[in-house]
Amino acid sequence: MNGNRVAVIGAGMTKFVRRAQETAKELAWEAAHLALASCEMTLDDVDAVVIGTAPDAFDGVHMKSEYLSDGCGAWGKPVMRGYVGGGTGVFAAIQGWYHVASGLFDTVLVVCEEKMSSCQPHPQGAFLTIFDHTTERPLKPNLLWIFALEMNAYMNRYGLDKRDIATVAVKNKRNAADHPAALLGDPDITVDDILNTEVMAWPVQRGDVSPISDGAVALVMSANHVARRATPKPVWVEGVGWNLDTAYWTNRDLSYPVYVEEAARMAYKMAGVTEPRKQIHIAEPYDPFDYKELHHLEGLMLFDKGEAPRAAADGVTQRDGDLPVCPSGGLLGVGNPIAAAGLMKVAEIFWQLRGEAGPRQVPGNPKRGLAQAWGDLMQVGTVIVMGV
Amino acid sequence: MIREVAIAGVGWSGFRSITPDLSYKELMYEAAARAYEEAGIDPRRDVDSFVTVGEDYNEGVSIFDEYVPDQLGALHRPVQTIAGEGIHGLAAGVMQILTGQFDVVVVEAHSKASNILTLPYVLAFAFDPVFNRPLAAHPYYVAGMEMLRYMAETGTTHAECASVAAKNRNNALLNPLAGYGGAVTIDDVLNSEPVSEPLTRLECAGHSDGAIVLVLADGETARALTDKPIWVNGVGWANDTFWLESRAWGVARYARDAAEMAYRTAGIRSPRNEIDFAEIDDTFAYKELQHLEALGLCPAGTAGPWTAEGGTALTGELPVNPSGGAQGEGHLLDATGLARVLEVVQQLRGEAGQRQIENAEVGLAFGWRGVPTTGGAAVILSNR
Repeated sequence: MNGNRVAVIGAGMTKFVRRAQETAKELAWEAAHLALASCEMTLDDVDAVVIGTAPDAFDGVHMKSEYLSDGCGAWGKPVMRGYVGGGTGVFAAIQGWYHVASGLFDTVLVVCEEKMSSCQPHPQGAFLTIFDHTTERPLKPNLLWIFALEMNAYMNRYGLDKRDIATVAVKNKRNAADHPAALLGDPDITVDDILNTEVMAWPVQRGDVSPISDGAVALVMSANHVARRATPKPVWVEGVGWNLDTAYWTNRDLSYPVYVEEAARMAYKMAGVTEPRKQIHIAEPYDPFDYKELHHLEGLMLFDKGEAPRAAADGVTQRDGDLPVCPSGGLLGVGNPIAAAGLMKVAEIFWQLRGEAGPRQVPGNPKRGLAQAWGDLMQVGTVIVMGV
Repeated sequence: MIREVAIAGVGWSGFRSITPDLSYKELMYEAAARAYEEAGIDPRRDVDSFVTVGEDYNEGVSIFDEYVPDQLGALHRPVQTIAGEGIHGLAAGVMQILTGQFDVVVVEAHSKASNILTLPYVLAFAFDPVFNRPLAAHPYYVAGMEMLRYMAETGTTHAECASVAAKNRNNALLNPLAGYGGAVTIDDVLNSEPVSEPLTRLECAGHSDGAIVLVLADGETARALTDKPIWVNGVGWANDTFWLESRAWGVARYARDAAEMAYRTAGIRSPRNEIDFAEIDDTFAYKELQHLEALGLCPAGTAGPWTAEGGTALTGELPVNPSGGAQGEGHLLDATGLARVLEVVQQLRGEAGQRQIENAEVGLAFGWRGVPTTGGAAVILSNR
């Protein structure tokens, strides 16, 4: 690698809540401030800012990163917003990586913010506008419908049982009970609780879906020479990958996320990971729906195609299992303020690899983990591999 | 910068005030096909990463990133969108190459402004939703106020501001890509109807449709792809505060800071002596003057008289916006900065036809995100 070696040296996040009283700028600053304080830095130490935030339609603010910029600490600084839909949270960390790896900046503040509650009566109204204006929007599609199509395709291809899939929601909501920022943590929830929730669009039930949330997350990323001075426990970015599939999602095989596989291959190659099932100790795949965690674990090549549900039901992905998955509680448990949720996964890997995850800490001193997000029209995969 | 980066190919579609015959996808395809042809590359095989530039509200869809891969030949490749100015997208591509992980990166930006029936109303959604948007004023009032402040702080006259519009619209007559060229005089500009006083209609850039695609490559690859690589010597970008209430009004602080970074990365100490010509944002005529001063190309308060005397004309000491700028080519929304870059590339290659500047070796392009923002980005390019 020509460029700088890059580490995450600080992280912070707000609570994820259904309706924040703070403005979007205030949420962004709270997370940014916590991240800077966690590594004893101030804005004077920050050379550039990266902003991640999903559709402007949520807040109803055009050019949202301009509006957010001073809340993110970007006054008088280079600031740039990258955007890959739901994949934005993990992509923001990737963008932070290339800012520092380019050699142009020593320290970058990465801030992801989402305020979905300002979209009234419900953010699904904003999601209507993600569809093609000519071929799809006249059908008034809903996100839940297209994910029901995808979940159906996945279940039919491999003959999957909804009960196995629901174990993911149970695991993540139980894990989230240990997360101080979580919206839907519940230590006592059961598979039957999930299976008894109302049907949204079959086979998707309310318990299969992550909640709409407000929140913000921030990271501090630094070059080798700064990171080693700033903290005894830098968490290195070892590999990054991202990949985009066609916009014509109706022409694709929805049962397998090939774009996640391509993104993972890119990240593994950069990280020198040749046997992911042995070399990845902990994973935070994107879980806006419970089946998505399984779908993504297969795309990440951590399980064979169609095998992830069985492994989940067998407890392999529990916090004390062979491959702890979403020990944070994920989107299903902590909440899903889109871009912030993705960056929360990167922050969780950071805390877990430093042994700072408190009651959520997975046993066995994990040395390498990955975070992954997914977005656009079931179309983009973003992957970051980090290690100590 | 730790690795050489060059522009190895450029392509464009447009620029026209309306394009009822082409969708934005077709605009992008045409520009991309031209750029790939020029660089002699197959996007499916030779490109390591793609960066597109777009804002949801300009596109009329949420998550515009969804709709970019097919027409760029970018399926199953790393693709990202930058919600920023075109030159921010260029900077993102440069950073990716500097990491050493990518050798060829494609950068795209476009405008389909003619599809937006209520552009001022869409732009008004960029105001702070609590403090400013309830005023329900046409967004250009910010430009009118800023122009007044700039004139008051520097002593610049309205006629000097108008001379920018006259110069650029006349330059555009020599540019086959420009749709807003005209034999316009300073009096024509001053006598056109007011938009937000003192700003007049001919001081505001009209809008154009079009697309621009750049093929960026590391030094070694660029030399293999083209005989005329245009080197990226430096990049910089910066924001002032978004608050209307506390930003600098007379001075373009974002342009000063962006230029400072670009000069630092390019190793430029004396910009006025080391830069041969500039393509800089002129969305509003006074902006070219304000930006010239902030970019350190002339002392504060002197850009107006200098321009009125012809110092920045095509044959002047420092030609500014030989393409006609946004005044002459039309404003291309998020692609406006890449239109500036395109002209710098053509000038440095000696392919600018009737508007060719003699012995041009180093050029500066600067883009601004427009009202009500304070975001700007700069790039220094050279042919040696």
